[in-house]
Amino acid sequence: MMAFIEAVMQYGFLQKALLTSVMVGIICGVIGCFIILRGMALMGDAISHAVLPGVAISYMLGVNFFFGAVISGVITAIAIGFVSQNSRIKHDTSIGIMFTAAFASGIIIITMLKSSTDLYHILFGNVLAVRSSDMWITLGISLIVLGAVYLFYKELLVTSFDPTMGAAYGLPVRFIHYFLMTLLTMVTVASLQTVGIVLVVAMLITPAASAYLLTERLWMMIFLASGIGVISSITGLYFSFTYNLASGATIVISSTAIFILVFLFSPKHGLIWKTLKVKKKRASLV
Amino acid sequence: MNDPAISIQDLHVSYFGNEAVTGVSLSVNTGNLVGIIGPNGAGKSTFLKAMLNLIPKDKGAVKVMGKPITEVRKSIAYVPQRNDIDWDFPITVLDAVLIGTYPHLKLFRRPKKKDKEWAMECLQRVGMQEFSKRQIGELSGGQQQRVFLARALAQKADLFFLDEPFVGVDVSSEETIVNILKELCRQGKTVIVVHHDLSKANDYFNQLILLNKELISFGTVEEVFKPDVITKAYQGQFAFMNEIGVTL
Repeated sequence: MMAFIEAVMQYGFLQKALLTSVMVGIICGVIGCFIILRGMALMGDAISHAVLPGVAISYMLGVNFFFGAVISGVITAIAIGFVSQNSRIKHDTSIGIMFTAAFASGIIIITMLKSSTDLYHILFGNVLAVRSSDMWITLGISLIVLGAVYLFYKELLVTSFDPTMGAAYGLPVRFIHYFLMTLLTMVTVASLQTVGIVLVVAMLITPAASAYLLTERLWMMIFLASGIGVISSITGLYFSFTYNLASGATIVISSTAIFILVFLFSPKHGLIWKTLKVKKKRASLV
Repeated sequence: MNDPAISIQDLHVSYFGNEAVTGVSLSVNTGNLVGIIGPNGAGKSTFLKAMLNLIPKDKGAVKVMGKPITEVRKSIAYVPQRNDIDWDFPITVLDAVLIGTYPHLKLFRRPKKKDKEWAMECLQRVGMQEFSKRQIGELSGGQQQRVFLARALAQKADLFFLDEPFVGVDVSSEETIVNILKELCRQGKTVIVVHHDLSKANDYFNQLILLNKELISFGTVEEVFKPDVITKAYQGQFAFMNEIGVTL
């Protein structure tokens, strides 16, 4: 552990990795709360995969991959909505069709570019290779995401809890949905370097799900999810650095470990506590 | 003030070409407690949602207090069906009621102390103040419905729309809710309720909209609650009775 701290002090690349993954932990936690409360976990998975063609085309054109990723993510979100609203195809089926199509196109484009190492890094992340420019992009995205959630907290809360009421008093519910999808895409882009496309969904869902089992208030859930995201990032980075493992995988496994602990020991919703209460109740009736 | 609370001209709604509501025209004056009744699948909730522009309509115009609905949304409170809500959502009773103050808060503004006090007052009116810190899923069906009524009260609306508020609700909650709705009407508010239970409709409402895709009848309870009128709406449901030789 000391060796890790010393290494962080010493090496610039490790500092960048640490800062970037902490920021990613925070914003994934924040957006993840809204994703799971809206029952859109699968949508999170879909959008994160759907940024691939955008990233690939950006590389091809030599522009920052951020723009391409946001555009392809949002187009996929719209296509998913269009198919499910205009046919008998259910929403989850529509998600399955659209994101695999986007993902496959991305793979074809990248293969044409003959750059398999890049593909590997985009898919699985490589936090130790974070460049300064990536760190600044992540910082920029973090500020936008946190600012947007802070400013539009009311609207996000209403449309997540009771969208019909929101629409009844005049909120643009559909616009807010696509706005959230845009934020989701940006978070995915920020996470590309740390956990990679394939595992982003875990950073979105797992810390938020742990927080969901710990509190009955949305703002508290958001803070807890971010906190858990940060702890997972740091722990994951430590294991990645120390044992030379893929950073995305170690970060995700850390957050899974926290989830298991919460699932078992959460004061109100934990499995063990619930079982004990049932036992006590039954014993009192004997 | 002479404009009717809500006036509907030739409203048509369909789902992928299947008629759900056809050619309904009517107008409700302020201060009425109106029940929308009709058999299952008669398009009651669809009618309510189309009125509020929550689902697209094929044809027709709806005016609220003489204006298009988009201009008066803030004077409307809507209470959804209870099973449309995720009761595991991490929100307390008081915070759920506080949402009722949102329509009048400007963008980027948070509810202040006086908004919280007002939300508490609304909770008190439905007799739920001691549950303010509970998570909403811990309440019974009747209590949940009272909390949502409190949220509607917090909106300080002129028109109230409730979708099936008495489904899965205990008797005393139902009584509390009906009394509050009647009181609102006495204060000159207009309340429109989708209701499934014919037996109590004549006690609760002073006007009824009897619907079975088309408007069967609209008027005072006495006008609508006639055997031949009711039979007309429920014919389909009573077909089996004809088959076994019962005539209505």
